[in-house]
Amino acid sequence: MKMIGVGKIKQYCNVLDKSLSKGKQEVSLSAFAFLFSELVQYNQTQVDNIAELERRLEDAGYAVGARVLELLCHRDKGNRRETRLLGILSFVHSTVWKVLFGKVADSLEKGTEHDDEYMISEKELLVNKFISIPKDMGTFNCGAFVAGIVRGVLDSAGFPAVVTAHFVPMEGQQRPRTTILIKFAEEVLRREARLG
Amino acid sequence: MPPAAPRSGDAIFASVERVNAELFTLTYGAIVRQLLTDLEEVEEVNKQLDQMGYNIGIRLIDEFLAKSNVSRCVDFKETAEVIAKVGFKMFLGVTASVTNWDADGTCCSIVLDDNPLVDFVELPDTCQGLYYCNILSGVIRGALEMVSMKTEVTWIRDMLRGDDAYELQVKLLNQVPEEYPYKDDE
Repeated sequence: MKMIGVGKIKQYCNVLDKSLSKGKQEVSLSAFAFLFSELVQYNQTQVDNIAELERRLEDAGYAVGARVLELLCHRDKGNRRETRLLGILSFVHSTVWKVLFGKVADSLEKGTEHDDEYMISEKELLVNKFISIPKDMGTFNCGAFVAGIVRGVLDSAGFPAVVTAHFVPMEGQQRPRTTILIKFAEEVLRREARLG
Repeated sequence: MPPAAPRSGDAIFASVERVNAELFTLTYGAIVRQLLTDLEEVEEVNKQLDQMGYNIGIRLIDEFLAKSNVSRCVDFKETAEVIAKVGFKMFLGVTASVTNWDADGTCCSIVLDDNPLVDFVELPDTCQGLYYCNILSGVIRGALEMVSMKTEVTWIRDMLRGDDAYELQVKLLNQVPEEYPYKDDE
């Protein structure tokens, strides 16, 4: 007996019911590069100056960072969250970097001049790989997107900070390296001191 | 020297540099969110996503042709197969299949097995008209236009809207013969 006119009932699958992927799936680097390039180009049409462009890229990155923290804490860290400064910095430098960029960051350093500053450096940020900045855009760095990701992770983990991306020319290298500068809010340092 | 044989999607994907799909997924999510905030109208966001896809497609085709060594496709049927088996695989790491050919062979459906754009995504009630993956339709349209095929690409099924799969309809409108930019001297 044939079923006639069986309508398809729309199944709205609740995203929380689906199992979480293991995070091993990959896409080509060029697919990401194309997408990132469109993100930057679209934002260029929405702003009047470099500072605004950097801010928009940072905001886009912030949303990514907040979600990455939730995802990683749940999947890889068994719902544990770092509560100490060095712990969260190490988490960003190693775990977050490894998941997003396939490797741990090149270096993590403490600022020499200020107590509240730390720097994560990378010889060539993935997002900058296919990007060249025209001279008239001065110090603009698409790494602002990554700075936003870091700020998103830190903020959501309870470590508010101002995070910016800077080009640092290196001797003997044609392309400057990128340093993500993290300046923690006062409350973070006070809490850290209290925790001993 | 004989031309190199066309490479399979798997082989190319294994040979290119790859990144974590989650970075890709989350970045795409950030883009859609930005567009929704800026443009507010869901229809406008659909159009913008398609335009962004088009911009990507017209550049992506060069990389595709360079890496895949496909020879000129004999007909549209071959074109669709190549997009599904090689194109999607080498860029997004997923396979797709081609179905629902019409009588002329000018219209078909590409069904995605998997879609890295939509991991972790749920459409809120306020965005029910949104074609979240509309960037893909722009990419295909842009890429095909660069190889002289004018197409119309639309979504037939979208899992974020409650369907059971992701299905794109690709309709060949016409083939524009390549024009030389210079007129031959008379």
